Amino acid sequence: MTRKQRRLTMIGGAIAVLAVAAALVLNALRDSIVFFSTPTMATEKHIAPGRRFRLGGMVRPGSVVRGDRLAVTFDVTDGNATLPVAYQGMLPDLFREGQGVVTEGAIDQSGVFRADTVLAKHDETYMPKEVADALKKEGHWKDDYGAKESGARESGASESVARSVAAQGAGR
Amino acid sequence: MIAEAGHYALVLALGLALIQATVPFIGARLRDQGLMNVARSTAMAQMLFAMIAFGALVTLHVTSDFSVANVYENSHSLKPLIYKITGVWGNHEGSMLLWVLILAVFGGLVATFGGNLPTSLRAHVLAVQAWVAASFYLFILITSNPFIRIANPPIEGRDLNPVLQDIGLAVHPPLLYLGYVGFSISFSFAIAALVEGRIDAAWARWVRPWTLMAWIFLTLGIAMGSYWAYYELGWGGWWFWDPVENASLMPWLAGTALLHSALVMEKRDALKVWTLLLAILTFSLSLLGTFLVRSGVLTSVHAFATDPRRGVFILLILCFFIGGSLALFAWRASALKQGGLFAPISREGALVLNNLLLTTACATVLVGTLYPLILEVLTGDKISVGAPFFNVTFAPLFLPLLFAVPFGPLLAWKRGDLLGAAQRLIAAGIAGLVVMAVVLAWTHGGAMFAPLAIGLGVFVIAGALTDLAERTALFRVAVPTALRRAQGMPRSAWGSIFAHAGLGITLIGIVCETTWSSEHIAVMKPGDVAQISGYSATLDDVGQRQGPNYREMIARFTVTNGSDLVGIMTPSKRSFTTRGSSTTEAALLARGASQLYISLGEPNGDGSIVVRIYHKPLVLLIWYGALAMAFGGLLSLSDRRLRVGAPKPARAPRSLQPAE
Repeated sequence: MTRKQRRLTMIGGAIAVLAVAAALVLNALRDSIVFFSTPTMATEKHIAPGRRFRLGGMVRPGSVVRGDRLAVTFDVTDGNATLPVAYQGMLPDLFREGQGVVTEGAIDQSGVFRADTVLAKHDETYMPKEVADALKKEGHWKDDYGAKESGARESGASESVARSVAAQGAGR
Repeated sequence: MIAEAGHYALVLALGLALIQATVPFIGARLRDQGLMNVARSTAMAQMLFAMIAFGALVTLHVTSDFSVANVYENSHSLKPLIYKITGVWGNHEGSMLLWVLILAVFGGLVATFGGNLPTSLRAHVLAVQAWVAASFYLFILITSNPFIRIANPPIEGRDLNPVLQDIGLAVHPPLLYLGYVGFSISFSFAIAALVEGRIDAAWARWVRPWTLMAWIFLTLGIAMGSYWAYYELGWGGWWFWDPVENASLMPWLAGTALLHSALVMEKRDALKVWTLLLAILTFSLSLLGTFLVRSGVLTSVHAFATDPRRGVFILLILCFFIGGSLALFAWRASALKQGGLFAPISREGALVLNNLLLTTACATVLVGTLYPLILEVLTGDKISVGAPFFNVTFAPLFLPLLFAVPFGPLLAWKRGDLLGAAQRLIAAGIAGLVVMAVVLAWTHGGAMFAPLAIGLGVFVIAGALTDLAERTALFRVAVPTALRRAQGMPRSAWGSIFAHAGLGITLIGIVCETTWSSEHIAVMKPGDVAQISGYSATLDDVGQRQGPNYREMIARFTVTNGSDLVGIMTPSKRSFTTRGSSTTEAALLARGASQLYISLGEPNGDGSIVVRIYHKPLVLLIWYGALAMAFGGLLSLSDRRLRVGAPKPARAPRSLQPAE
């Protein structure tokens, strides 16, 4: 092979691999990513049943009902809209009423969000970032959270290693 | 007093770094030996002052001086001594101080052991190193000073985040940083080569041990972090494709590519420009990792600070070094002479393929990590890119790479014989197929993919053994001769055999764990029995215990297999009063390479408790494989040719002088 042919082989191989990778990435970006949504966004956008997304908001106080075999239902609210959630499995340590939660799953035919994953993802302010941002946008940001956070910032205590504990559905 | 001394030492280190960043450069321009040698002494002094600053912070934490904000926020007088020390880098300020300390130590090491480097190369390397150091000293002093005092010292500290009070976290960040920062050396060498406009095989030989060292630490750091997440987060996951994990995986992938391309450059004087680019990219990815973790742009398992000032500062550092080095590369790389020719089918060709697949896989990880951030900035949509994305992008690129791994070492340099290599790999291929068939027959259900991947893993391991057999001519000569040959083999050959086999081992562990792991969740009362994968776990009792700075609920399980007692497992749940949070301490019971894993959930009012039990078949292979890789790296590092130093080129190539 001449030098030119060798070089062309190399370049051709490189382009082939890159093309395959680009195709894989584009394909995956269409199918394998999960959007984050609040109950308000979910109702406004009319997300189709069966389409997976992440639902974030507050666990409505008094809405948690525990059933048999670790089944649990609760409502997720952002102040404007509320969505019932059904889940079976172990809830993370930090799942509490009145606090932020992110769940992953899909809405079923009856309009209930069937979660197979519950993430209690938070730092010491007990509020996931996505949820906090969304609630701020909706105008339902609780003052005490804001005060806590800015107070923490002033004292330089913003450093906290947030912890996320995800509970995966027992069905998996 | 100690805090002020530490602060002062840090300022002095910054001053020394600034001198080290400029004077040697001027010296190299003027060809003044004295000025160039300034780099050496300043690097040593800078290391000393960084050590003093770090030592001061450790002292403050150990003596629980709560008049210092950093200590107050992250420590508690009742915390065990070991966590008082590790708590130093369990927070933003302290971990950045550790970062620069390691950077300064690496600079000091180059100054100490770089005696055989040409003076101007050493001066340039240390100067570039000092640029990086100076920017991070500035970052610490301006945005993240750990030595700030509080006006009214509180009596007690706020304690370290309980999840971080663990021996795994004591080791994980330093290892990871040794890896990240270690790549700064290859970066500095690359920039120095570009500035000097000269690069040769000797350069590659100088760079290789540093890269190898960083790579070993990074491998161990990632493995350690993964094991820590596995036992500490309480639900048995060991890799989350979390941005913070990706941030450490990307430099690892690029660094692995760099190790291999530096090999080509050392042996065959080819791929020079590419190797330089990889050295720059690897450290850029390390910086990017630091940015992602330290700026708080992410919310993730490890999400950190929320102060935007820090983020902007690191972003500036990032842009300066990545942009600057790539611009320098674009300007100067064309001046470098291209070396050695090779056919596409050859050892070099195989290493090019390795580089191609590794960097492409790295690019997909980069896309998956940054895409959500970019999308959120541009459209406001929030998305999460998780395991599904990486399973369909990263895996299809990595599996062909694994398939190619056994072929590489069997191909000759310059022009290889693919058919010959394939013939020699027949035994390994058969081994892989047999294992695949056995797995397929034994297991029912599950994805078709799993037996295939296990067969591939066996093929990689058997391929590494084939390489060993070929090198020692085992089966062709008498056993004593083969043994003698094995003794005479260069350590680096042993190293690559171990590292490649480690890849196969890890792959098998990953596939077994993800495919056949079983999970059992139940509400249990004392006396209840849970069945999982042939084991029975009986909950004997649930008790309470007081730890130094927490209260603990301990459950006791007796695990039996039929009528045989397998062991006692005591998972617990710790409540830390100071922070009002709790941690789950999972109990692990190893049976061979498999593990039983029990973690506790919240207790119910009626004395029952939610229990999660996993059986994880061959899960330990994931980390054994990583250890084998790191061990291979260590063997390679001890290779004689890396210790005796590089041969000086007979005559310095005259064709490429600095432009000035």
